[in-house]
Amino acid sequence: MSQKEFLQQLDEAEIFVKSEQILPSVELWQIDDKHWQRFAELAAENKMRWAAGWAEQNGEQFYVHACFEKAGDYILLRATINESKPEILSQATVYAAANRSERHTHDMFGIDFLNHPDPRCWMRHKAWGKRDYPLRHNFPVQGTPADITPPDTDYHFVQSHGVGVYEIPVGPVHAGIIEPGHFRFQAVGELILNLEERLGYVHKGTEKIAEGRTPEGLAKLAARVSGDTCVSHAWAACMAMEQAAGIEIPKRAALIRGIFAERERIVNHLGDIGAICNDVAFTFAFMQFMRLKELWCRSNYELFGHRFLMDKIIPGGVADDITDASSKFLHTEIEELRIALNDLIPALDLNSSLEDRLYTAGYLSPETAAHFGTLGFVGRASGQDFDVRRDATYAPYDSVKVKVALENQGDIASRFWVRYKEINTSLKLIEQFVEQLAQLPEGDLMTEWQTPKSGSYGLGIVDGWRGEIISYVRFAENNTIARFYPRDPSQLNWEALEKAVLNNIVPDFPVCNKSFNCSYSGCDL
Amino acid sequence: MNWLIAILQTALFVALAPLLAGFMKFCKCRLQNRRAPSFFQPYRDLLKLTRKQPVISEDASWLFCAAPYIIFTAMVLAASVVPFIAVDLPTSAEADVIVLVGFFAFARFFLALAGLDIGTAFGGMGSSREMTISSLAEPAMLMAVFTLTMTASTTNLSGAIEHVLGEGLILRPSFVFALFALLLVAVAETGRIPVDNPTTHLELTMIHEAMILEYSGRHLALIEWASQLKFMLYGVLIANIFFPWGIAENFGLSALGYGLLVIAGKLIFLCIFLAFAETAVAKMRLFRVQEYLGFAYLLGLLGMLSHIILESTR
Repeated sequence: MSQKEFLQQLDEAEIFVKSEQILPSVELWQIDDKHWQRFAELAAENKMRWAAGWAEQNGEQFYVHACFEKAGDYILLRATINESKPEILSQATVYAAANRSERHTHDMFGIDFLNHPDPRCWMRHKAWGKRDYPLRHNFPVQGTPADITPPDTDYHFVQSHGVGVYEIPVGPVHAGIIEPGHFRFQAVGELILNLEERLGYVHKGTEKIAEGRTPEGLAKLAARVSGDTCVSHAWAACMAMEQAAGIEIPKRAALIRGIFAERERIVNHLGDIGAICNDVAFTFAFMQFMRLKELWCRSNYELFGHRFLMDKIIPGGVADDITDASSKFLHTEIEELRIALNDLIPALDLNSSLEDRLYTAGYLSPETAAHFGTLGFVGRASGQDFDVRRDATYAPYDSVKVKVALENQGDIASRFWVRYKEINTSLKLIEQFVEQLAQLPEGDLMTEWQTPKSGSYGLGIVDGWRGEIISYVRFAENNTIARFYPRDPSQLNWEALEKAVLNNIVPDFPVCNKSFNCSYSGCDL
Repeated sequence: MNWLIAILQTALFVALAPLLAGFMKFCKCRLQNRRAPSFFQPYRDLLKLTRKQPVISEDASWLFCAAPYIIFTAMVLAASVVPFIAVDLPTSAEADVIVLVGFFAFARFFLALAGLDIGTAFGGMGSSREMTISSLAEPAMLMAVFTLTMTASTTNLSGAIEHVLGEGLILRPSFVFALFALLLVAVAETGRIPVDNPTTHLELTMIHEAMILEYSGRHLALIEWASQLKFMLYGVLIANIFFPWGIAENFGLSALGYGLLVIAGKLIFLCIFLAFAETAVAKMRLFRVQEYLGFAYLLGLLGMLSHIILESTR
C-alpha cells in the first residue's frame, strides 16, 4: 500500500492529515492529538515500522513526534498538545517499540501517555524529582542535584513466584570494564524465565545541553552520544542541520564521510567478532580480531588524527581530506585485512566447539525482530531486510550498489556472520568511494554555512554500524539549537535482547548480549 | 630425617605452585601471539594481595573469613600426601589416595559454603555450579584412581607408584583409559577451559570465580594460591602415577635433584599440552559439562573393566 492509499484509509477513518514533503524520503504528517493512537493502529495494520518518538516544547505547546517507516519512506508524525493538559494516547499499546521511548518522553517532559502499558519511570532515577521535567524550558541546565543522589530503591521490577524460581540481579557495576546497566533475571536452575533491563545509569543530559549550542558544538556533542559511533551520530546530526540550513555538502565531503562511516563499521565489527569469541573463552580469535581492530584504529590516528574519527564530520562537510597517498594506504590496508580474514574465518568456521556455542543460542525470531523494529545487524540476522544506505539512500551511497547482508536463523551465529558479511561489503564500498574520490578534482571539503531560519528543522537518517540512526534537530534564533534528539538503534535493539535470551541458560547471557552489543550511552541520553 | 625431607618437599611444592601457574600463563600468551608476563608474576600478585586490606561484607560470618585458611591448609596437606620428588615418604604412608580426594572435597565444601555465606546472587550461583560439577567429577576421579590401585593392590600412592616402577614399562589398556579420565577430571576440577574460564570477567559465566568474587586482600591471595596448588597437584598426580620414571627412590642428594628436574620437565610438558588444548577450543555450554564428565566417568569405568578382564588374570 502506498502512502497515498494509506492517506485515503486515514481519511475514511476520519483522521485528517496535513501532509508536507520535507525531504525526498520524509513526509511530515500533522494530525490531531486525539487520533494519535488510532493512527498507530492503522499504521500497524499497514505494516509500518515504528522508528522513533520524541517531543519538544514550543512555547506553551508541546510537539509530540513519532517516526514511521515503510519500504524506505519515512513519515514524521506530529501532534500538538497544550502545556496546560499535557496528555496524549499511547502508541505503545500498538507498537512495543514505542514503550521505552514514551516513558523517556514522560520523564523528560511530563507528558502523560494515556493507557500506557508500563507507567514506571525509565530515564529518571533519583537525580531529579518526580515532578521535575528536565527538558522543559523552565528547568535549569545544571539541574538541581543533591549532594549525594539517593539510591533508586522504589523501581518495581517484575516479580516471580514459585518453587525454585530465583532472581539474579546483575550490575550496574560489573566485574569487567563495560558500561553500566542493570539486568534482573528470573531463573529456574540455569534456565532464564525472564530478563528485565534497567538502563539510565549514564544519563548525560545530552538533549538538554544541546540546547543553545552552535552547529559546530552540536556536531561535537552528537559525536559523543555513543563513543563507538562517533562518525555516524555526528553525520546524522550534521545531515539534519544541513537540511535545516538548506545547504548541500560537496561530493568530495560526502565520499569522505562514507569512507569514515564504513571504517567505523569495520572497526566495530572486527572488535565485536573478537569479543563474541572471547565471551565463549575462545581467546585466540579474540586476540587476533583485537589486533586487526587495533591496526585500523592506529591508521585512523595516523591518517586522520583520531582513533575513532571523532569530530571529523562537521556541519557542511568534513574536517579532513583524503590525499592520494592516504588512499593508496587505504587500498593496501584493505588488501591486508582481506588476507588476514581469509586465514582467520575458516579457522573459526571449522571449530566445532565454537559452533556448538554460537548456533541456536540467543534465538531472535523474525516475528519478534519485526515486532520490536529491530535494526542493523541484529535485525538483518533475523530476516529484517532493511538498510538505510539502500532503502532510503543518501550521498554517497546513491552512487553505488549496497549489498545488504541477510540471514534468517536469528541466532548468535547469524549475527556473527552478518557482521562478517558487512565487513566485506564495507571493504568494497570503501574501495569504490576511494576510486570515485580519485576521479574528483581537488575541491572544497565543506560548503559555507548558512544561518538557518528560526524554527527550521531537519531529520538526519543514516545507517550507523549498529543500524539506522535518526537525528532530529530544530534551530532557534541566531544559529543556535533549540532541540536535538538522536535515536540510536540500541534503543530498539535492547528490548529485543530481553526476548532473545528467554529459554537460554544464564551463563549464555553474556555472549547473547555481546552478539547484540547495544550501546548503553546511546540509550541513556 | 624422612620427616624433614617430607616437610621440605611439601614446602617446595607450595612454593613452586605459583611458578607453574606463571608458566601456564606464559604458554597461553605465546600461543595467542601475545607478550607474556614474567614467570614470577603470580608471586607478585600474591604479594600485592597480601599487602592489601581485605574488604569483608557486613553480612559475612566467621565462616567467610575462616574459609581461605581452611582451604589453603587442606591443599597444603594434600600436597604433602602426593609424592612429588621422592616416593616412600612418611607423609604418603600416613594417608592414601582416598584421603587425598577427601582433602579436595573438604576444601571444596568450605569454598562452596563461603560462596553462599555472604548471600550474593553470584556466590550462590557459583557454589551450586561447583557442586553440580564436582558431584560428577569425583566419581570419575575415584574410578580412575581405583583402576590404578587395583593394579597395584594398594590405595597408597607411594605404593602404587613403586609398583608401577617395579613392573617397568608395560602398556596397560586400563592405564590409558585411566590417564585420559584423570586428564578430563583435572581440567574440570581446576576450572580450566573448556569447563570454566579462570580469566573471565563475565560474572554470569563464572564457576570458581563466582564463589570467590567477594574475596579480597590476603583472603583472596590464599584462595588463589590454593587454586594454584590444586592445579599443580593434579599435574603432579598425573605425571607421577602414569609416568613415574625419574622420581627419587632414595633420599640421596643427587637422586632428589634428578627427581626435581624430571618432575619439572614432566610438568612443563603437561602445561604445553594443556595450553594447546585450551587455545584450540571454546568453553562449552554449562550443560555440556555433564556429558563431558560422564565421558570421563565412562573412561574410568572402561579402565577398570579392562583391568578386570584383560589384566587381572595375569
